[in-house]
Amino acid sequence: MIDLENVSKTYAAGTPAVNNINLHIDKGEFVFIVGDSGAGKSTLIKLLLKELEPTEGKIVINGKNLGRMRRKKIPMLRRDIGVVFQDFRLLKDRNVYDNIAFAQRVVETPTKVIRRKVPAMLSMVGLAEKYKSFPKELSGGEQQRVAIARALVNNPPILLADEPTGNLDPNNSWEIMKLLEEINKRGTTVIVVTHNKEVVDAMQKRVITIKKGVIVSDERKGGYIYEG
Amino acid sequence: MKVSTIFYSLKQGFINIKRNKLFSLASVGTIAACIFLMGLFYAVLTNLQHIVETAEETVSIVIFFDEEATDEQIEAIGENIKKRAEFGTIEYISPEQAWEEYKQEYFGDNQELAEGFKDDNPLANSDSYRVTLNDLSMQDAFVTFVENLEGVRKVNYSDSTADTLNEFGRMIGYISMAIIIILLAVGIFLISNTIMIGITVRKEEIGIMKLMGAKDFFIRAPFMVEGIMIGLVGALIPILILYIIYKRVIVFILEQFNSIESVVSLLSTGEVFAVLIPAALIIGGGIGVIGSMITMRKHLKV
Repeated sequence: MIDLENVSKTYAAGTPAVNNINLHIDKGEFVFIVGDSGAGKSTLIKLLLKELEPTEGKIVINGKNLGRMRRKKIPMLRRDIGVVFQDFRLLKDRNVYDNIAFAQRVVETPTKVIRRKVPAMLSMVGLAEKYKSFPKELSGGEQQRVAIARALVNNPPILLADEPTGNLDPNNSWEIMKLLEEINKRGTTVIVVTHNKEVVDAMQKRVITIKKGVIVSDERKGGYIYEG
Repeated sequence: MKVSTIFYSLKQGFINIKRNKLFSLASVGTIAACIFLMGLFYAVLTNLQHIVETAEETVSIVIFFDEEATDEQIEAIGENIKKRAEFGTIEYISPEQAWEEYKQEYFGDNQELAEGFKDDNPLANSDSYRVTLNDLSMQDAFVTFVENLEGVRKVNYSDSTADTLNEFGRMIGYISMAIIIILLAVGIFLISNTIMIGITVRKEEIGIMKLMGAKDFFIRAPFMVEGIMIGLVGALIPILILYIIYKRVIVFILEQFNSIESVVSLLSTGEVFAVLIPAALIIGGGIGVIGSMITMRKHLKV
């Protein structure tokens, strides 16, 4: 599903942000990518979304070689990857329903399909009654659920979550993790980038640890590797 | 492209304009001023050209013959003239006709003053050809040609009317061209700025759209709609104003200057606006497209 071969990314001057990374993630996996700030997690995400080009190496996602991809095809790659952010990134001037419908609108889904699909997604994340609420009327946990619904509404095979619990309290964090696990069970490949130790330790999933741009460990059922 | 996408882009385009009223208004105003001036100059210039063309049909060259010229010679002169490419019409004026016209022009209602000349036509031997040309710019060459024909005594012509009109028209053309180019540039600049503000306001939304896999066209269409709408509205307003003004001015001129009506004939509203309306809409829409494209190239890269 996702293959990185000897991938490095060096910014204009200085040490590489990502250094010679080799990584393989299978279809249907649940993977944590952990590391401190500055470890190269954000760079890695940007490489996967083709917001950045690697200085060296080859990235293949869902059978698509990113290096050979024409600029015009980038939208099609991004439709394969649903993204969730720490700061939710919902549109503040639109209600919950319109926020999720927006994701379908931009990939030119017919209105008829949108009317059917949005309520279904809202039920899945447990917010069926709040479809008329605006983001500022929701709690952090609820906003993140809306963001997850938005990321998944177009049925991407991959869900990429960048610090999804970064702005949430432990209770809400746990709920979001359970939701992501549920989504994974339905067949979506889930990649969670985080430095939330408690969550990583509790979930007992594959954990890839990055330090200074290099993968230092990759464990099948791992926990957070503590500094030391 | 899907129908729902077209509607979506249109709606978002209008929302952009609404959110950004002041700048949109400034852009509409500039484009309106530009197209108003353009329309005004066009109306004046086409009428001027029309007048010149009419003048070409009426400005005549009068050819007098030598006193001893025979009828055959006069006939031959006529034949030679008819062979010229610029030749329009020819009319033979006999001495009697010439005298009649002269009397009409100079004695008017006091025909009795002319009685003294009754049986002694002072214009005997003043028979002539009255020639009009279909191309006044060839007048000089034509006159030289006729003066060299045998039996021609004198050629009367006016070389000032046509030249003055042509010169005047050319001057207006240059000035209007310069003003229009400046205003076009200002219009494009303002639209591109208006669009840039719209993009800045929607920066977050555009970022999300890109991550969701929206195609370039989908992201750009609303801004294109915004630019085109501003351009079209900017074109329609001056057209409407010009239409009303032009209609009134025609009526006014024809009423006030009844006497010149025979000399000056103006183009009808329909004739002028059949060209002006499509031209203004194309230019207005074009400014919109160019203005929005410039900004999108700079600020909307995937």
